[in-house]
Amino acid sequence: MLRDEDRIFTNLYNDSGPDLTSAQKRGDWHDTKLLINKGREWIINEVKLSELRGRGGAGFPTGLKWSFAPKEIGSRPHYLVINADESEPGTCKDRDILRFEPQKLIEGCLLASYAVNAHKCYIYIRGEYLNEGKKLQEAIDEAYENKLIGNNACDSGWDLDIYIHYGAGAYICGEETALLESIEGNKGQPRLKPPFPALIGLYGCPTIINNVETIAVIPTILRRSGKWFASLGRAKNTGSKIYCISGNVNNPCNVEEEMGIPLKDLIEKHAGGVIGGWDNLKAVIPGGSSMPLIPKKICETIKLDFDECIENKTGLGTAGIVVINKDQDIIKCMARIARFYKHESCGQCTPCREGSGWMWRMLERMAKGEASRDEVDMLMDVTKQIEGHTICAFGEGSAWPVQGLLRHFKKEVVKRNNFNPLVDRNKKIPYLVDQHLLEK
Amino acid sequence: MSIKKISKEQPSNFEFNKVNLNEANNIIKNYPEGKKQSAVMALLYLAQKQNDNWIPLSAMKYIAKFLQIPYIKVYEVATFYSMYNLAPVGKYFIQVCTTTPCMLRGAYDIVNVCKKKISENEKELSKDKICSWMEVECLGACINAPMMQINEDYYEDLDDKKTEKIIDQIFRGEKPKPGSYRGRKNSEPENNRKTLLNIKNA
Repeated sequence: MLRDEDRIFTNLYNDSGPDLTSAQKRGDWHDTKLLINKGREWIINEVKLSELRGRGGAGFPTGLKWSFAPKEIGSRPHYLVINADESEPGTCKDRDILRFEPQKLIEGCLLASYAVNAHKCYIYIRGEYLNEGKKLQEAIDEAYENKLIGNNACDSGWDLDIYIHYGAGAYICGEETALLESIEGNKGQPRLKPPFPALIGLYGCPTIINNVETIAVIPTILRRSGKWFASLGRAKNTGSKIYCISGNVNNPCNVEEEMGIPLKDLIEKHAGGVIGGWDNLKAVIPGGSSMPLIPKKICETIKLDFDECIENKTGLGTAGIVVINKDQDIIKCMARIARFYKHESCGQCTPCREGSGWMWRMLERMAKGEASRDEVDMLMDVTKQIEGHTICAFGEGSAWPVQGLLRHFKKEVVKRNNFNPLVDRNKKIPYLVDQHLLEK
Repeated sequence: MSIKKISKEQPSNFEFNKVNLNEANNIIKNYPEGKKQSAVMALLYLAQKQNDNWIPLSAMKYIAKFLQIPYIKVYEVATFYSMYNLAPVGKYFIQVCTTTPCMLRGAYDIVNVCKKKISENEKELSKDKICSWMEVECLGACINAPMMQINEDYYEDLDDKKTEKIIDQIFRGEKPKPGSYRGRKNSEPENNRKTLLNIKNA
C-alpha cells in the first residue's frame, strides 16, 4: 500500500477544505516562482524523467506530448486545454479533484502553460458538473486575487488566463479533437488526425490537451522531483493514480494508490470486498466501460498498470473499476453498456453510428435468450467491422466491451441463445420468395 | 445522438433579461476576438435557465443574431448536445442515471419510483406539470451509485424509499438537500477507510 506521505491528493475526501489557505498549508503554491525560473527545458525534462503517462485513458507520455509544442511562439498563440469532460462510465476521479483539490489543478495549469508557451488555458468541464465548475471558478477567482495567476503570475513574469467552458452532455467531447470543436462552438464531432492538435488545434493554433489528473500531479512531481515519481510503480508505469471502485463492492470509493497495485488488494482492502465474498465475483471492468472485462480467474493475479492490463487483453484506461458479481446478469450489463455507446455515438462515421445500435439490439435479444446461435458469431463480426474503421477511438471503445464479453463468456451467451438459425427452423418464410432454397 | 422532439407550442419572442444579457456579454469576452461562436453553448444554457428549463426556437434565433452567426449553427448545436431541452420539462427536471455502474446498484428501482410517482413514460410532464423525469447516461458519480440529478444538484447513494421521499418533497414545493443519502462524506470509503487517517483525525 502507498504510504500516506507519498500521496499527492491529500484532500481527496475533503478533510481539510478546498480553499486557498488550506491548500497552501498542504503545500500547494509553495515557491512556484522558483520552479518556473528553472526554465522550460527543466520542467519538460523533469516530467519526462518521471515517466508520467496521461491519466485520461490513452496513457500517452506527457513529457513527450509537451515537447511536440513549437519551441517559440510564432504568428499564432498557443493554448493549453484541460479535459475535464469526465463521462466514462465507472470513472469519477476528476470530479473530486475539481471539488476538493482545485488549487493543484490551477497550479498545474500555470506550470504546464509555461512549459508549452501558452498564455490562455481553457478548462472544459462536462455540463452536468455545474456545481463542481462553480467551485473551481471560486478557486480561480481566489488565485487571481492573490496574483497566483493573471498578469505576471506568481511574480514569474508569465501571464496566464484561465477560463472554464462547460460542455452539455456529450460523451464524445472527451475525445480531444471533438472537445476542440465543442469549444469552437460546433457539434462535438472528432477531427481527422493528422494534423495533430499540438500543431493545429484550437482555432487552428498549437494546442496541448491534458486530463485533469495529469495536470494536477505536475506541481508535486516538479517539487519532489521526477525521480521520486518514477520510484513508485515500475518502469514505464510509474507514479500513483486515483482508482475509482464502483459496482458490487461493499464500500465503493475513490482511492489514490501506487501504479501496479494488485486488483484483488484494491477491492479487498479499500473497497471492503465484493458483495457476497470474493468467490461471488463474476467479472471486473478495469478501466472504464470502454475496456474489455476480465473474468475472476484473471482478477486473482492481475496488477493494475498500463502494460500488464494490455498483456491481459484489456486496458487500464481511466482506472474506473466496475465490479460485477454473480448476482448480476453479465449479458444484460454489457447490453446496457452497448446502449450507452449507441446513445453517445456522434454519428459521423457509418460503422460506429450503425454498428453501435446493431450491437445493442443484438445484445438486448441475447440477454432475453431470443437470438439464434449464428448471431453470436455475427456479433463478433460486427465488432470487428467497427474497430479500426472510425475517425476516433470511440469505435474501439464501443467494440471492445462486447469483444471482452464474447472472449470470456461466449459459452454462457451460446447456452442461452441456442436456437437454430431462422432459415433452418421455419419451413415457410413469407418474405422468402425462393422457398425451394429451404429444401435439402 | 439523442432523439429530440421539438415542442409544438412555441413562444413567439425571446430576449435575455438584464442579468443574463450582462452575463452573456461577459462570456463572449472569454474567447478571442472574432470567435464569438464559441459562446453559443453557454448562451443556450443561459436561455434554458431563463425559460423554465427549455429552449424555444425563438431563443435560438435570438442567440444567432446576438452572436452574428447563422441560425443553423445554433440549431445544430442545440440538437446535438443532450443537455438542451427543446420541449418543456417542468420546473424540476429529474435525470436518473441508469448506465451499468448505477444499474448494478439498483438504478431501475429509482426509475420505477419515478414511473409510479411522476409519469408513466419518461420526458412526460407530471399531472401538475411541475416535473418530469428521464433516464440518462453516466452522470459521473459512479461510486455514489445509484444517483439522480434534479436540475443542477446531485442526489447520491439512493434507494427506492429515499427517492420516494425526495420526490414527495418536490411535490410539496420544498428543496431536498443534495448530496449523499447514506450519511456518507463525499467519496470516502464508508466503513474501513485506510488512507490519510492522520489528516482526517487532525
